[in-house]
Amino acid sequence: MTTEVETRPHSVAVAEADDPRLVALIAEYKDVDSTVLAARTLRDAGYTCFDVHSPFPIHGIDRHMGLKPTILPWLVLGGGLTGLVGGIGLTGWTMGVDYQFLISGKPFFSWPAFIPVIFEMTILFSALTAVFGMLLLNRLPMLYNPLLKHPSFRRVTDDRFFVVVGTEDEKFDEVETHRLLQATHPVAVERLED
Amino acid sequence: MSTVTPNYGYIPGTREIDNTVDHPGHRAPLVLGGKKFADVTDTVTNVAFRPTTWAWRISFVVALSLLGLLGLTLGYLITAGVGVWGNQQPVSWGFPIVNFVFWVGIGHAGTLISAILFLFRQNWRTSINRFAEAMTIFAVMCAGLFPGVHVGRPWLAYWLFPIPNQMDMWPQFRSPLLWDVFAVSTYATVSLLFWYVGMIPDLATLRDRAKSVPAQIIYGILSLGWTGSSRHWMRFEKAYLLLAALATPLVLSVHSVVSFDFAVSQLPGWHTTIFPPYFVAGAVFGGFAMVLTLAIPARRLFGLKDLITMRHLENMSKVMLATGLIVSYAYVTEFFMAWYSKHHYEQFVFMDRPFGVSSWAFWTMITCNVIAPQFLWVKRFRTNVITLFIVAMFINVGMWFERFVIIITSLQRDFLPSSWGVFVPTWVDICMLAGSFGLFFTLFLLFIRFGPVVAMAEVKTVMPEAHAHSGPGGTSLPDEKKSDYWPDESAK
Repeated sequence: MTTEVETRPHSVAVAEADDPRLVALIAEYKDVDSTVLAARTLRDAGYTCFDVHSPFPIHGIDRHMGLKPTILPWLVLGGGLTGLVGGIGLTGWTMGVDYQFLISGKPFFSWPAFIPVIFEMTILFSALTAVFGMLLLNRLPMLYNPLLKHPSFRRVTDDRFFVVVGTEDEKFDEVETHRLLQATHPVAVERLED
Repeated sequence: MSTVTPNYGYIPGTREIDNTVDHPGHRAPLVLGGKKFADVTDTVTNVAFRPTTWAWRISFVVALSLLGLLGLTLGYLITAGVGVWGNQQPVSWGFPIVNFVFWVGIGHAGTLISAILFLFRQNWRTSINRFAEAMTIFAVMCAGLFPGVHVGRPWLAYWLFPIPNQMDMWPQFRSPLLWDVFAVSTYATVSLLFWYVGMIPDLATLRDRAKSVPAQIIYGILSLGWTGSSRHWMRFEKAYLLLAALATPLVLSVHSVVSFDFAVSQLPGWHTTIFPPYFVAGAVFGGFAMVLTLAIPARRLFGLKDLITMRHLENMSKVMLATGLIVSYAYVTEFFMAWYSKHHYEQFVFMDRPFGVSSWAFWTMITCNVIAPQFLWVKRFRTNVITLFIVAMFINVGMWFERFVIIITSLQRDFLPSSWGVFVPTWVDICMLAGSFGLFFTLFLLFIRFGPVVAMAEVKTVMPEAHAHSGPGGTSLPDEKKSDYWPDESAK
């Protein structure tokens, strides 16, 4: 089993051992085509709480799954503007106001000389926002996940593709969803319990 | 699949593909040996999970010894003071700044591969970007060491940063040296984030492959619970694209700012507008030489020849040739400008470089940086690992000497003959230079031994099977573009 299980054996075992609860149905696929088809089938059947897990990003899968674009670029723009204003503020205030120091008669607010620092701060804040914004939106780190306990799911980082339909989906019905997934030619459809 | 039947590219009499051959209409395969997704995973994770080889152990002992040497010399330097270096008037910058510029430059090839080639959709970057990025991180660490101790009292190095303090003083933002602090520290941070973010899916692969509990725990924590969710991949790819777009102007700015340390001064030989582009081209040139120096032995030792193919090496040597020509052109321009300026101090410095007291350094630089890369015009040399490795070694040496020539010769001969001098490095200088290679190689060897040395997830995306419509039953998605990779059928 995976790390997360071994690092937290008690919390899982004590709380859930008596009554393993169905959390999702997972269908395993061998190639990109059938995975994409399965995603389309679920989308067309009106499912929304399903996900496709793959060892690499499948291009165009967001369209097949009906996903909306992420707001991450706007967050990064905000981060970049923060860095820009912060950079202008830092250089302008320290050199022009708080610590005026005359060097070769140059003006205190020598803005051309501040450009490199302002630029670097813009980049730094944008990059930090891009990384931590991405992790936040993805709710990572998330070291406990029932998926990671499933034995066949280990191959998701290798060469297998999984479509996971959560029980929280309004359309979810164990028998009906199972039948729908089975029709998309998976390697197997299995129950995921937690 | 049925229409893809060209036979060129197969080496006659074998089932092996020569992917350095180009065909119009088809992309040459970037993964050879008939590998499937699982084979790629195996090849890369085996490096981390198989027992250590002797070649790795011996290299590690050598690197660790040099690192120990660095530790000892640093201890001596800090207790005795920077007087133990060869730095003297008029050469007050000496080896530490030569080494700093050399190491920062090395890093640039890693960012070029990971960011700029990503924006240009150069798919061949995927096999080499991971360890080129690692190279960047470790090179920047080596670079940061030198200015850190060059300040003389390293325990006060935090004065470089704008931290409110009891002296009520701020660092001077009008100084290029402070721009450098911001440029290099931003570069180090962004490179580290870029490297780590790209590595998360591959760390998850190592987590899922690990047999031992400590390995599962460590890789499990590092991979943050990655499950390969498409919703995650979507944001991940967006973040990666944004980071690439941010790192591209950043990397160009870093060596430009480093060159401002010189160009903004008034010293003949330094005070020139050509420095920013010239430094950036030189950095990429020297960095690619270092990537090849690392890639050629690594692909052999770890059996990565089907992932880091001859085409990858050849492409890198082409970049090296192109940037080498830019560097050569910059050398010529410097001489032309000295002559054209009619500025006799400037003219004197440029006569002094080839014919003066340090002419041996200048001619070493010309031999290594101008003459050696010319061999790369010939395909036979580009596709032979031995010649490629030799050329790369020449360039590594040459790029160090370029910085030596710029910094040392200009300072040795400034305006007043009465203040001229000759720089002589001490044993501490030499040991610190050697020791910095120890730091670099120790970290690098640890990474290629225990980390995901090739970006598996990214390599899989450039394989033909990664595209819908190319696998079995591929006729079902008429709106998907067919993969234009020419599939490697050597396994069939």
